[in-house]
Amino acid sequence: MAWQRETYKKIKQIPAEEYVLPGTALCAGCGGLEALRLAAKVLGEKVVYVNAAGCFTLLAVYPFTPFKGSWLYTTMGSAPAGAQGIRDALDVLIAKHRLSKEEDLKVVVLAGDGSSYDMALSATSAAIYRNLDFYYFCYDNEAYGNTGVQLSSATPYGAQTSTTPCSLHHPSGAVREKKDLFAIWRAHKPPYMATVSPRHPLDLVEKFARAARFAGPKLFLALSACPTGWGFDPAQTTEVARLAVETGFWPLKEAIHGEVTHTYVPKRRPVEEYLRLQARFRHLFEPTRQEEVIRHIQDRVTAYWEQASAALP
Amino acid sequence: MATHEMMTGNLAAAWGARLADVDYVPVFPITPQTEIVEALAGWCDNGDLAARFVTLDSEHSMMTAAGAAAATGARVFTATSSQGLLYAFEVLYTIAGWRVPLVLVNVSRALASPITLEPDHNDVLAARDSGFLQIHAETCQEVLDSILMAYRIAEDPRVCLPAMVNLDGFYLSFTREPVMRPNPEEVRAFLPPYRPPHLGLKASAPQALGVAVLGGATYSYFRHQMHLASVNALTVHQEVAADFARLFGRRYDLVEGYRLEGAEDVLVMSNAFASKGKAAVDAARARGRRVGLLRLRVIRPWPADAIAAALQGRRAVAVLDQNLAPGLGGILFQEVAASLCHAPARPALCSYIGGLGGKNISEAEFETIFEQTAEAGVRGQGIGPVLLYTEEERREMEQLWTTANKN
Ligand SMILES: Cc1ncc(C[n+]2csc(CCOP(=O)(O)OP(=O)(O)O)c2C)c(N)n1
Ligand code: SF4
Repeated sequence: MAWQRETYKKIKQIPAEEYVLPGTALCAGCGGLEALRLAAKVLGEKVVYVNAAGCFTLLAVYPFTPFKGSWLYTTMGSAPAGAQGIRDALDVLIAKHRLSKEEDLKVVVLAGDGSSYDMALSATSAAIYRNLDFYYFCYDNEAYGNTGVQLSSATPYGAQTSTTPCSLHHPSGAVREKKDLFAIWRAHKPPYMATVSPRHPLDLVEKFARAARFAGPKLFLALSACPTGWGFDPAQTTEVARLAVETGFWPLKEAIHGEVTHTYVPKRRPVEEYLRLQARFRHLFEPTRQEEVIRHIQDRVTAYWEQASAALP
Repeated sequence: MATHEMMTGNLAAAWGARLADVDYVPVFPITPQTEIVEALAGWCDNGDLAARFVTLDSEHSMMTAAGAAAATGARVFTATSSQGLLYAFEVLYTIAGWRVPLVLVNVSRALASPITLEPDHNDVLAARDSGFLQIHAETCQEVLDSILMAYRIAEDPRVCLPAMVNLDGFYLSFTREPVMRPNPEEVRAFLPPYRPPHLGLKASAPQALGVAVLGGATYSYFRHQMHLASVNALTVHQEVAADFARLFGRRYDLVEGYRLEGAEDVLVMSNAFASKGKAAVDAARARGRRVGLLRLRVIRPWPADAIAAALQGRRAVAVLDQNLAPGLGGILFQEVAASLCHAPARPALCSYIGGLGGKNISEAEFETIFEQTAEAGVRGQGIGPVLLYTEEERREMEQLWTTANKN
């Protein structure tokens, strides 16, 4: 049976209320911010965002915050541990009747891929291991964005970053495959995980609604089209985000207690259409076409879906 | 009734946390601290202490969880040592900036490399500029008492900073001493429940904490606020110490003077080895030397006035640092010297480095310090840094060295 949305069937059902208000210092067309804005509509205002160093740290700059909920900036490597401290303290204070249940908060880690895939992996693994009741929202712009777009272990093969330039020795730019954080999380057996895209708002909000039923760690990996880091016009964010999904490059899926369901099965346009829109892949097409690199990327996507199709409805 | 019993410094620390009725204990093991959290684990488990006990994946995570829980409104205790303190370093600064009043016990242990288990103070002093208050204890009793005092001071609205209580690994952590353990009712009278009006993450009062600032002027403002708050802790400490003395009969000052009356020369020390220093003062006095000892207890905030008052006008002062800043010398020497810089009658200042990695300081070494310090006083010119190292120790080292070089 195909995956069915239960709570959000039509765009009109997405709450109109905003919980992340506009006017922040983030780049125009930031796909990650759009994903967060949508997520916040489901999370509501009884939330504390526990932030790791990255682009989104500049959301709250004294004396402003765009959030209706609370915010705690921690470090690049320990936001999940911050979430642990807050969750534990809320539990203890409620149990000791120093805080009423109405005061309770959803605890949401808000971190980039550099934090999520690299520096905070130990803290994250430990939080999942302890079955911490929290949301983990990773806006994945596939690089260390805040420091000027350097390679992270989420950077895909073939992308240029400021530390993986296209060169004689490395014509492809980045030479390693993107780390599979979804699989790493899944090995920990959390109750809920999903990948999302801001270009698929109903899919995104539905997943947040579904996740709310589960106590324990809940991962949201949002591919975050990043005009600044990936090199495209901010007006193109939705198109880049759309093609990431339509080419099969970014599969939309969820895993409930480890069982994976693809929530949208694209017709799979050639991955080249996605790559061509972005300056970080331009060296694959100009001055000469790097056929092998492009084919390798396409083959990886095809192989993924062939493997996944066994499990598809 | 208070009860008198024999306990290690580590157990005294655990009792301090238990009597403070903490809500949350995030931990990570490291020798020689682990016994503290093991005791707390048992009490949290059997309900003697109504706190949540959680083992984190590292001290970096542990301190983040500790700070975040304190920001949420819980009273938090944690402990570490040496490599663990350094592993948490980034977070020490971070949560001090959050202005959360928790207590961290550090059991001093020398830093790698080379790796060792025994104490000196390079770990705790590395954190001296983090914004944490620092109280350094000499005895097991002082460990327990200082933890209770640390909560009072840290939680005072004039301060609102985290506090570190330091005890020496092995010499105090594993040494049993008689400790007067106050009863919980008495402690409640001294330390009211933690109900911070300004802290607490909750739905009805959203807040943003640890936010970024743009520009040096805003940054300077907040950092200076931390400085002023830390300086306030000097006054608050004295008020708290007076209360503590009234309720428990034990009086602690920012610094402790030992046989300073009529002392020409003064030895400055801190922590457990100060007990050796006091014994050495007694021995020297018995031989007719007019010497005394000043023990540094509150190291952050730095009680410059109290130190200057105790030391100015002396003939000579020797600062015995159990730490080494390579390329500089003793850390505390620098700070003591700076405190005396404006003193009208400045003593000759001598700097000694000793007790690194738990190395013993023998009576003979103390006697040498007193002798050299007296000479420096007469000359009117200080010496140092001088490393305390005996002939015997040198011979042993040479033997190891010879063995290491055998092929
Ligand atoms: C311990 C530490 N090392 C390095 C940095 C510098 N730093 C700040 S943000 C950042 C990049 C974070 O990358 P990512 O998590 O992908 O988030 P993004 O910047 O892309 O939003 C780095 C390396 C830091 N803040 N802390
Ligand atoms: S660099 Fe990219 S991820 Fe960061 S704020 Fe700008 S658009 Fe968003």
